[in-house]
This record gives sequence, structure tokens and C-alpha cells, in this order.
Amino acid sequence: MTSNTALRWGLYGMLILFALFYLMPLFVMLTTSLKSLEEIRTGSLLALPRDITFAPWAEAWSTACAGTQCEGLRPFFWNSVLMAVPAVLISTVIGALNGYVFAQWTFRGANLLFAAILFGCFIPFQVVLLPMAQMLGLMGLAGTIPGLIFVHVIYGLGFTTLFFRNYYVTIPQELVRAAKVDGAGFFRIFWSIFLPISLPIITVSVIWQFTQIWNDFLFGVSFSGAGSQPVTVALNNIVNSTTGVKAYNVDMAAAIIAALPTLLVYVIAGKYFIRGLTAGSVKG
Amino acid sequence: MPILQIDHLQKAYGDTHILHDINISIDEGDFLVLVGPSGCGKSTLLNCIAGLEPITGGDIQIAGRNVTGVSPKDRDIAMVFQSYALYPTMTVAKNITFGMKVRGVDKATQDTKLAEVSRQLQIEPLLHRKPGQLSGGQRQRVAMGRALVRDPKLFLFDEPLSNLDAKLRVSMRTEIKKLHQDLNASIVYVTHDQIEAMTLATKIVVMKGGVIQQIGTPAEIYNRPANMFVADFMGSPAMNLIPARVRVDAGQTRIEIARDGAEPLVITDPVARDLPAQIILGVRPEDIHEATGNAHLPGTAQGAGGEVMIEIVEPAGADTFAVTHLGGKAVTARLRAESAVRPRAMFPLAFDLSKVSYFSPTDGERLN
Repeated sequence: MTSNTALRWGLYGMLILFALFYLMPLFVMLTTSLKSLEEIRTGSLLALPRDITFAPWAEAWSTACAGTQCEGLRPFFWNSVLMAVPAVLISTVIGALNGYVFAQWTFRGANLLFAAILFGCFIPFQVVLLPMAQMLGLMGLAGTIPGLIFVHVIYGLGFTTLFFRNYYVTIPQELVRAAKVDGAGFFRIFWSIFLPISLPIITVSVIWQFTQIWNDFLFGVSFSGAGSQPVTVALNNIVNSTTGVKAYNVDMAAAIIAALPTLLVYVIAGKYFIRGLTAGSVKG
Repeated sequence: MPILQIDHLQKAYGDTHILHDINISIDEGDFLVLVGPSGCGKSTLLNCIAGLEPITGGDIQIAGRNVTGVSPKDRDIAMVFQSYALYPTMTVAKNITFGMKVRGVDKATQDTKLAEVSRQLQIEPLLHRKPGQLSGGQRQRVAMGRALVRDPKLFLFDEPLSNLDAKLRVSMRTEIKKLHQDLNASIVYVTHDQIEAMTLATKIVVMKGGVIQQIGTPAEIYNRPANMFVADFMGSPAMNLIPARVRVDAGQTRIEIARDGAEPLVITDPVARDLPAQIILGVRPEDIHEATGNAHLPGTAQGAGGEVMIEIVEPAGADTFAVTHLGGKAVTARLRAESAVRPRAMFPLAFDLSKVSYFSPTDGERLN
């Protein structure tokens, strides 16, 4: 009994230690972003701010210079929203339909095609850069937000198809057969029977895709134009284009702002994320 | 006009032939049971009738209409699946009315039909529950409700009772039979359970390896099996199939059955038959009686039986089964419950040959 309790306390101690370790960078970022430059220079890295100031946040949001443009993160943040939201929705919807077909309406050569789509998950970003640039040029989408949406949808399809296919494959085929006898067609069955049970896997797909797309830097820096750069590219530019004294507090505030949406999505839907990832692994 | 007619149906996946030249015809109100061991193609045949599997050759007609290339929804059928296949996110009521909703039936008709069917199946209190909150038997009822509400030309049942426990299975069996009688519905029913087949069917199709072995009424299948497979498959305990030698003399058929450690057992069939020298004698366990006190039964004169060594006695409540060894095969006799039979003792058995079956030992086909 006592050794058991000791073990338990030890376990909690370890977990708390790890949690502190992982939270440390966030703590430093947050405290630094609330300090004045003067205080950063004179104080310790781990110390709490003596005078809390939100000026760095305001500067990061609306006046910091990214290259020659000094409008802060705001315009780029909206670029990212305009890019990520449609890209996540489109890739999730198409992935759901793909998965539905691969799991329930198999056809000759379906396995080969699925393997090919899966292969897409393993292609490194760098490999597709040049051909994709050429494609976007041909389509007249180079340097635009729709172009970035296109790239992210294509690149994400492998993952979303995999998610939905593996989720739907656990659903008995008899369900589709019953619906067919009942008179329902391809889209009706998808809409009335499959979509209502898909919340866990939709959550997985949305979180995964949103995190990938929002955090992406390489595609963003390669395929965006002057007016279409996503927030990650702007963050890089802000951090790198300071002249004179480095404004650590502004950099930290900008980094937190750029990371906030993914953090928020995960906090809101994280419970379903874990549940969705493990769904189907146990018969329930 | 037959409600279902299948002509020369073939089904193959690539080079693998699943169904060979299937010909079946049933009339309105018939209860057709497709029975056979697993892998015999019975479920595939049902799916072909439903239109869920395309067929490789032949024709299917439902109520006089050729539906061979028609999609399931336009065949005027309803189907009950083995796993019930209830839509998990819909309530019981929505499950039942889904088909009508898809077909654009107006709401008032939907409600009337729903009320009617739920009363019939006694599922009124369950209408607002989800399938996950129902027991196996309740799900089964809902699945049947979904089929009944459609009022189709033909009902298809794919092993609907196999997921229920033994007791519930028997009571649901009775209910399905009652439903069939009340509605005068035409039903095709797949099962691997020969007792279900016997109790429910007006017509049985016994299948093996994608080939129809026999089509007939339950009585025909039971009393005059077309071959040894059917004889062995239908009936529990199975028909005794005993290798024997035949001698025909003086208008009688003498059958000699070899046995270990004793003279051959000789029984006499009073009918002269044209049989080969080597046969397989098929006798149901209930046609083997205790010899004493049964002298009035036909064919139980002293010539049609003898003393045999009983090996095992299995009391089963209503009956007692006695197992002996004849012609190298275990032979079971169904005796009265209060029979004095004892294991490892000699016991007189009489063979009633009025319903006897003779099979060819080479191809297993029926000879009489």
C-alpha cells in the first residue's frame, strides 16, 4: 500500500517535472513579450516582468516591419486565414468522399490507387516545389492565395483520404447494402448515414490539416507573392529584418500570435482528436 | 405467375465459379429457404436476387418482370440482414421510414405505415431510441420493421436469426412464421440451420458448392433426400448412412450389414427393388426402434433387425439416443425416453424400412 502510494507520488512528480520542462519555452516567450526592451536587457531571462506592457503585442500586430512593409502581422494573418480555412475544408470534404469510395465502393484497381494516394503522404515537400511552381504558373495561380489553397489541398489529400478510408472501413458493408435496398444512392448514403457518424474523424482531419497548413513555411515562402504571404513567412521576415537593437519582445509576441490559432483549435477539439485517432482500433 | 423465377443463373468472380446453373421458381406466398453449409453460395445467391451482386449469366424475374440488370432499389424487394444493418445515428422510427423518405412518400403515409408496423412488431415503445440502446432481439424486430413497411413483392432474409441466443432464436423463428402466415408474404430466407429451414419453409433449396442439390417441400427433402449430402445435412441427429450388401430373392430385398465381432446383420425389405450389389442404406434415427413390443410396426418382423451391441446411450429428455456400430459407421437410434437400453450391452433394434433411402456408394445419388 505504502510503496504503491510512493510510486504514485513519484509518477506525479515526474509528470509535473516534464510538464514544467515543456512549458518553459512558452513561459519565457510569454514573459519576454510582456517586458520592455530595457527590462529584457537588464533582467534575467526567467524573471517575471516588473511592469507589464502590451506595447510589443500591438507593435507585432500592426506596425512591425516585415521587410519593407511595416504593417505588422495583421495582413499576413488574414492571408493565412483565407488560405487555411478553405484548404482545410476542401481537403477534408474530398478526403471524406475518397475514403468513402475506397472503403465502401471498391472497384477494380482500388487498392493500387489507394496505395498511390498513400505514397503521396511520403513525398517530401522539396520534391514537388519545382513541378508545382510550373503547374501554378500554367494555371495562372502563381503567387496567389488560391494557388496556395490548391497546393495545400493536393498535398493534404493523401492524409485526409487515409483518415477517412480507415475510419469508414470499420463500418459494415451491410449498412450500405441495406441503404441501397432502401433506395438510397451514392451521395444520399454518404450524406444520411456516413457523415452523421464521422464527427471524430472530421475533427482529426481538421486539426491535422489546419496545423499542417497554418504552420507551413516552405510552400508559403515558395508560392506566395507580395500580397499573399502567410503569417509564417511574415514572422520570419519580422524576426530577420530588424535593424539596430533586436526587439525580442516584439518577436516573441509575433511568434505567439502566429501560433495561437493552432493552439486554439487543439484546445477546443483536442479531446475528439485523441478519440478519433484511436477510433476503430477497439471493437466497441 | 411465379413471384420469383431464376433461370440458368451463373455467378463467377474471375475464374472462380460461385454459382452453377441455378434454376428456382416460387409462387406468391411461398417461403423459400436456401440452406447449406457455409461457403455453399446461398448468401451470394440471395445478394444476386437482391441485385447487390451482378450476375454472370442467366435471368432473374420478380413478379413477371425481368430484373436482371435492375438496381436493388427498383426490384420491389426488402431485405433483412444478418447484422441487422440499422443506421446507427437514426432513431428506430427514422430507420423504419428511411426507405419511404428516400422514395418521397408523403409524411402522412409514412406515419400511418410506421404506426401499423410498430404495432405489428410490438416496438412502439422503442421508436425514439437509437439502435445502440436496443437488445439483439429488439434490433432484429426493427430490421424486420424496416422491411415490412415497404410492402414489397419479395422479402429477402439473410440469416436473420444467427446473431441471437438460442432461446430468442426459437421464439423469433415462430414469429417470422406467424408473420408469413398473417401477411401471406413471399419470402426467400437464407440459413445454415437445417432446423430453421424445416420449420419455416414451404420450399427448401439445399445447396453445396454453388450447386443446387435438391429442391422440394420440407417433407420431400426430409423423407426422400436426393443424395447422401442432403440426407446427411438435413435432420438432427443426421440420417444413418450405412454401407451394406444387397441380395434380391423371392420378391424381397435382403440387406446385409457387416459388423465387428459378430455375424452380419441381415434385414429384409419386403419390397423387391432393383439395386446394385453395394449400396448405402439410409435410415433416420427415428426409424430404428426397440424391437420388443413393436411387432405391429410394418417391416419389424424378425427379419428386419436384430440384437446389436450398444456403445453409447444419450438421454435427451424426450428421447434417448442409442449409438451402435454397423457397417463401420456409428448408427444412432432414437428410442423412447424410458427405454431400458444400457451401454456396452446387447439390445434388440428393429429397422422400419417404409421410408428407407438407398444411395449409390459411388456417386452418392438416391437409388429408390
